[in-house]
Amino acid sequence: MANSKVSQDTGDLVLNRVSKFYGDFCAVDDLSLTVPDGSFFALLGPSGCGKTTTLRMIAGLEEPSQGTIQIGDNDITTQKPYRRNVNTVFQNYALFPHLTIFENIAFGLRRRGIKDVKTEVENALNLVELGHLAERKPGQLSGGQQQRIAVARAIVNRPEVLLLDEPLGALDLKLRRQMQIELKRIQMEVGITFIHVTHDQEEAMTMADTIAVMNQGKIEQMGSATELYEAPKTAFVANFLGQCNLIKAKVQSRAGGKAVVTAKGHTFEVPLSRVSTDSDSVLLGVRPEKLRLDDRGVNSIKDCVVTDRSFVGTSTQYLVRTPWDLELVVFEQNDEGLHDLHVGDKVSLEWDAEHTFALDGAQDINAGADLEDEE
Amino acid sequence: MAFLHGATRNHSGPRSGIKSRSITPYLLLAPGLIWLVTFFIIPIFSLASTSTMVRPEGAQIGTYVQELRFQNYVDAFTANQEQYIRSFVYAGIATILALAIAFPLAYMIAFKSGKYRNVLLVMVVAPFFTSFLLRTVAWTQILGDEGPIVSTLKLLPFFDDSLRLTATPIAVVSGLTYNFLPFMTLPLYASLERIDPRTLEAAGDLYANGFTTFRKVTVPLAMPGVVAGTLLTFIPAAGDYVNATLLGNPNTKMIGNVIESRFFAVVDYPTAAALSFTLMATILILVTLYIRKSGTDELV
Repeated sequence: MANSKVSQDTGDLVLNRVSKFYGDFCAVDDLSLTVPDGSFFALLGPSGCGKTTTLRMIAGLEEPSQGTIQIGDNDITTQKPYRRNVNTVFQNYALFPHLTIFENIAFGLRRRGIKDVKTEVENALNLVELGHLAERKPGQLSGGQQQRIAVARAIVNRPEVLLLDEPLGALDLKLRRQMQIELKRIQMEVGITFIHVTHDQEEAMTMADTIAVMNQGKIEQMGSATELYEAPKTAFVANFLGQCNLIKAKVQSRAGGKAVVTAKGHTFEVPLSRVSTDSDSVLLGVRPEKLRLDDRGVNSIKDCVVTDRSFVGTSTQYLVRTPWDLELVVFEQNDEGLHDLHVGDKVSLEWDAEHTFALDGAQDINAGADLEDEE
Repeated sequence: MAFLHGATRNHSGPRSGIKSRSITPYLLLAPGLIWLVTFFIIPIFSLASTSTMVRPEGAQIGTYVQELRFQNYVDAFTANQEQYIRSFVYAGIATILALAIAFPLAYMIAFKSGKYRNVLLVMVVAPFFTSFLLRTVAWTQILGDEGPIVSTLKLLPFFDDSLRLTATPIAVVSGLTYNFLPFMTLPLYASLERIDPRTLEAAGDLYANGFTTFRKVTVPLAMPGVVAGTLLTFIPAAGDYVNATLLGNPNTKMIGNVIESRFFAVVDYPTAAALSFTLMATILILVTLYIRKSGTDELV
């Protein structure tokens, strides 16, 4: 496999208005999605958002209540899992404990009647750099090694789509970072469409070309990591991906490419391109690292007080209370410009207009906050 | 051996750091050890010694002296070959039947029973609440000439009125199968229940249809249970005499019946002892071969 970049040209994976009900509960709600052939795609969301159900429907382990699933021109909606050219890397790997690593990887090939599996299995093992473990049993491998074997076992079949169900969830942080890079490398090498389900926003952002953020059976927003982070379209996305400061505000005017909004007597500017609503009631958003402890910018709040400070190595994180008792998070890089403030110190906050975004004000301001550690 | 795994695992914890000369482990071992020595080790040596004894000319019935006569074994075996073979054949058939009945049952309880799992498990063990003898006697009713099975079968065109089930080999094998069924079901259930359903999904994901998944994943993973269950059924069934006594006829005698009558009716202790040892040795050899062949040592 190392020598052949697979360019199967199998076509995009298309989910067309797919829903899944369990009794009255709607796990996936009228979801439409196109995953371009050969891309690394992440379905990101908190537990219970429907991402795993979506994945299982693509794998054929669940049947959609409504809608269709296609790969290219091929409708696979009701096809049995063992008939579709889709393979899954399961959560906790689900390796066959009674078979050697070699036989685990050869399993899919043998089922399809391929007699000479040796070269392919060896290539797959080399791809995950575990060639020396072929004769071991899964129980003798570490979690990280089992994870790679699970990837090799799926990838050796050269599926049209590879599904990864929280594949790194059971690994410790350091190993997870390493595997993220590894998976990305493997995906680039084999060129197969990867669909990665995760609740870890950092994981999704590190690996995926495109991320679909899911919440309550629907896709909230889809885009590159940068787009989702810098220009979220909903409060859920803003809060779920990293931390975010949201301020309730009113739009006063929209002109000259910018909107002027006010909140508690303060006036702020937002580029119109970053206003994702027609409503006059908005949530004004700005990421913590975009805030500066200064008072020269267009958007600034004076007379704030530091209420908490924690030093986290690369940055110092402050909680700053505005005059109207809203707490904002500020990350300050630990370089020369460091302010070294303490609890109780008076400060001003400022940030650039182009770092500001405005969302529909009818949303729950806390949607998606503090969800990521639930699982 | 599969069912010993749990026991051996417990001993493997490294305790090198602690240099304790505590006698606690020995105290804990003592009751079991004393019990085993008194009621197993000593009797087995006594039985071994009895097996080579001879009754002196003209001595009273039941009086034997040690003469190390190993010919006893040859005599005992040649005189009862037929019952030996029958014991193993009956036990073998009963084991296969029990496996055929218990596997789907255990599979169903492990994977498909949902909230009824515990109820079903209790039902598997429920027969133990009544006496083994009573349950076996009950089978004479069930298989009786006027019983439900015979009268139903007589309705079918293949059987005439001469059909009988009591006092037949079928009755003995049925009794054996029935009586040892829980010993087959429970280890099977334990093995099946441990299978991660995701491995079955993974097999489906890797192009195996239902049957192939069963053959290549479910069965191999259930092997420890199959081995444990077949042993727990075959070993006691081979030595059983109750089923043959209550459900059989003189031509369905098993080796257990011979041993029993040698001990209690004929008072021929050496022959009975020699037969017991031969039975034990045969079972031991068969079990060893079986475990070797099924290769379950490797299964974790």
